[in-house]
Amino acid sequence: MREESLKLRPYLDEVGVMIGLEIHVQLNKLNTKIFCGCPLDYHDDGPNTHTCPVCLGLPGSLPVINRKAVEYSIKVGLALGCSIEEHTQFYRKNYYYPDLPKGFQITQYDYPIASSGYINIEGEDGEVRIRINRAHMEEDPGRLVHEGGSIERSKHTLIDYNRSGVALLEIVTEPDIRSPKEARRFLDKLRNILGYLDVVDTTLEGSMRVDANISLAGGSRSEVKNISSHKGAERALLFEIVRQKNLLRRGGKVVQETRHFDEARGVTVSLRTKEEAHDYRYFPEADLVPLKVADWAPGIAETLPELPDARRQRFISRYGVTDDHAKSLTSEKQVADFYEQVAAEVDPKLAAVWIADVLKGELNYRSFSIDAYASEKMVQLVKLLAGDKITEQSGVEVIRTILDEGGTPDEVVAAKGLLKAGDDLVTAAVEEVISKNPGAVEDYQNGKHEAVNFLMGQVMKKTKGRADAKEVRKMIIQRV
Amino acid sequence: MITISQTIKAIKNSSAEDVVKQCLERIEGSKYNTFITVAKKEAIEAARNVNVHLGPLAGVPIAIKDNISTKGIQTTCASRILGGYVPPYDAHVIERLKEAGAVIVGKVNMDEFAMGTSTETSHYGPTLNPWDTKRVPGGSSGGSAATIAAGEVPLALGSDTGGSVRCPASFCGVVGLKPTYGLISRYGLISYANSLEQIGPIASNVEDMTLLFNVIAGHDPRDSTSVPGEKDYTNALVDDVKGLTIGVPKDYFGDGIDQAVEKSVWDGVHRLEDLGASWQEVEMPHTKYALAAYYVIAMSEASSNLARFDGMRYGLRLEKDHDWHTTYSEIRAQGFGEEVKRRILLGTYALSAGYMDKYYLKALKVRTLIKQDFERALKSTDVLIAPTMPTPAFKLGEKISDPLTLYMADVNTVPVNLSGVPSVSLPCGFSNGMPIGLQIMGKHFDEETIIRTAYTFEQNTDFHTKAPEVA
Repeated sequence: MREESLKLRPYLDEVGVMIGLEIHVQLNKLNTKIFCGCPLDYHDDGPNTHTCPVCLGLPGSLPVINRKAVEYSIKVGLALGCSIEEHTQFYRKNYYYPDLPKGFQITQYDYPIASSGYINIEGEDGEVRIRINRAHMEEDPGRLVHEGGSIERSKHTLIDYNRSGVALLEIVTEPDIRSPKEARRFLDKLRNILGYLDVVDTTLEGSMRVDANISLAGGSRSEVKNISSHKGAERALLFEIVRQKNLLRRGGKVVQETRHFDEARGVTVSLRTKEEAHDYRYFPEADLVPLKVADWAPGIAETLPELPDARRQRFISRYGVTDDHAKSLTSEKQVADFYEQVAAEVDPKLAAVWIADVLKGELNYRSFSIDAYASEKMVQLVKLLAGDKITEQSGVEVIRTILDEGGTPDEVVAAKGLLKAGDDLVTAAVEEVISKNPGAVEDYQNGKHEAVNFLMGQVMKKTKGRADAKEVRKMIIQRV
Repeated sequence: MITISQTIKAIKNSSAEDVVKQCLERIEGSKYNTFITVAKKEAIEAARNVNVHLGPLAGVPIAIKDNISTKGIQTTCASRILGGYVPPYDAHVIERLKEAGAVIVGKVNMDEFAMGTSTETSHYGPTLNPWDTKRVPGGSSGGSAATIAAGEVPLALGSDTGGSVRCPASFCGVVGLKPTYGLISRYGLISYANSLEQIGPIASNVEDMTLLFNVIAGHDPRDSTSVPGEKDYTNALVDDVKGLTIGVPKDYFGDGIDQAVEKSVWDGVHRLEDLGASWQEVEMPHTKYALAAYYVIAMSEASSNLARFDGMRYGLRLEKDHDWHTTYSEIRAQGFGEEVKRRILLGTYALSAGYMDKYYLKALKVRTLIKQDFERALKSTDVLIAPTMPTPAFKLGEKISDPLTLYMADVNTVPVNLSGVPSVSLPCGFSNGMPIGLQIMGKHFDEETIIRTAYTFEQNTDFHTKAPEVA
């Protein structure tokens, strides 16, 4: 990936990339679907177990808006700096597809719930503002299961309507994104904000689905659908840039079309061109009355939590941590909460180093979340380090042991004998190594400075790693 | 025709089960093709279990239009595409009827998906008018009105999108109400044009119609357009119109109106005047645009509402499947009748890019003007009176091949649906032995006044006592 990015660098500067994203966010932290009372905890159950006449679109059934879904959507809208419409209204988007039981999707068109917001991200050249055009509510369709794997190979397709009617919030950006990397950063930042708002569990499959519009140098745009991960978004966009660029170089023309991202092969394939585009015949959904949401917004605004950018600034000013550490610590709400619990008990700067630089890396390596390591254990560990009771190397070992085998820092230190070796012991070891290795001492004295590393290694071996490496080095150099 | 009080007396003298069995016998012997599905087993079972001392309609048989969902009883909308569809749930009105003790005896015929004015578009054959079997019963709730006129059942439910309760009530000489939009839950009513339609009660007289209306009206949280609040409409059954001001919209007596109809309606107005009401002519200048606006809106909504019928989950499935696209097309091609296809196509066209402004959005503007016509006319009056239909029932086959002429018959009923106001149709005369209907329209949520006016008219005339000679 990095190589691809490097190869692409000249393209990006040269060809005027414009990317706009449409992100379908599943409001899966709601208890029920958007227009009926069916519960959302279907992930461990069989197909079509969480359905009713409404989400199956049975004749005669009618939708009723889930007010909590509206509240969540307003919450997201406010967090993205959007204005909330005076009235919001639902529309029908008419098209046929087997996952759509009514033959239309209830969505929004004019009068979406939120409009004109933004997210700031780290762009290719410093911080940039990506504008949000709008956010609108809609229902998720059912899920198609192609028996036998892919759509091409399967003999028939099954339909699971458990997902049918789950509330979605579609967030549409302006074409302000300039590179695949920026697109990925935008998505990461959005996920981060959604996590803070506690409206989406982004670990569930399909909770954030992305469509991307991309054009080069003011040419026609293509829309890439079926992107299911942030990494996938970056790859799909990289592919599109290369494809469009090559097309232009060969004298071809980019046509306005919808393309499908094949995640396995990492390519996009044409689905339909503009001429074949659907006419969705949007018109107002008379079964749902317009909602006067302007009245709801002030109350919801009061419930907004401190958002990542604000929290990052506060971490810098209050705890004196570096910008990089603050960014890393606030990128997930749970991590930021964890940090603040630890920082309340011990030196905040030392805690920042150990959480941002060490713990997060070890968690990522194991695909663990922050829940795998209790904050009291971090307090204990930082105290041991601050009191110079264990070495940094031992600190890392303590974290790894707790993550893999459990226990508390004190227990691990005791069990593994990680308490720093006493000065006498270290001095004795240094003396012994020097007297037993006259060759190495001579090498050092003759200017071969690497020889000291060998001597250090011997001392560390003798003290089973409990000696402070810097101290040992100093002692050896003094003596030889 | 049978009344509720006769039925309740009969139940007291024998049993609900006997009364329902007699009713089922009449239905099975019907010569008018009134029913699509007779729920014999379910009805007898329900009659056996009903507590005859509980509920205002305890043991009273009722016929349900076949576009209202009934749990466990086939509901077809008179369409081939829904053949064999058995809803797993009851419509809100059915729940309320069951709570009131009513016994559902079956599902009655209608125009396919309620699209028609004659019940001739039914996949299950036309219903015949009991007053003259060569004539249509009106539509689309033709089965509902005809079964009452034929004395088969005392009560029926219809639905009214552009006159579908009032037209057959008029043609069959019975009483039918189109309530204010929002007064009766549409939950379970299979949509044709959802911004226009309401379920409506049909009976042989105003009192019975009101008793039935009382049972089915009321708030339902499952229909977002349902309004809160409950009323006892039987309080409006008062024989008194003194001080009432009637508006007579001359725009409702336009070209093509039958002279006997015009005379009977004016006689009706004068009769009410004799009883203490006063009347004045009112202007409703946008009435002439109502028909065009109605059909554009109804067809547009229908094109979307009927999109769900694809055979994937219920209803018609053909022998052989192809790719989903072809399968959908074949099922819809074979499952829908001519008129339904015409309306889906026209509605799709009216909503299409480039045409929406010209048709759908323009129709919505007309709708607003029609509403304003009603508001203005009802500012200085309490009710409006006009012919329900411009003519008595026409002959079977007379208009069915000429859709435009058939649509014209709805000229006096569709403005009511566009504006959402309530309207009742009741018999006010005869022309060559065929009933004529008088339409009383009122203010939004003021059913009381139109019921009181209708009741007073009925108490002081004898049209409702006439019944066809049933063979």
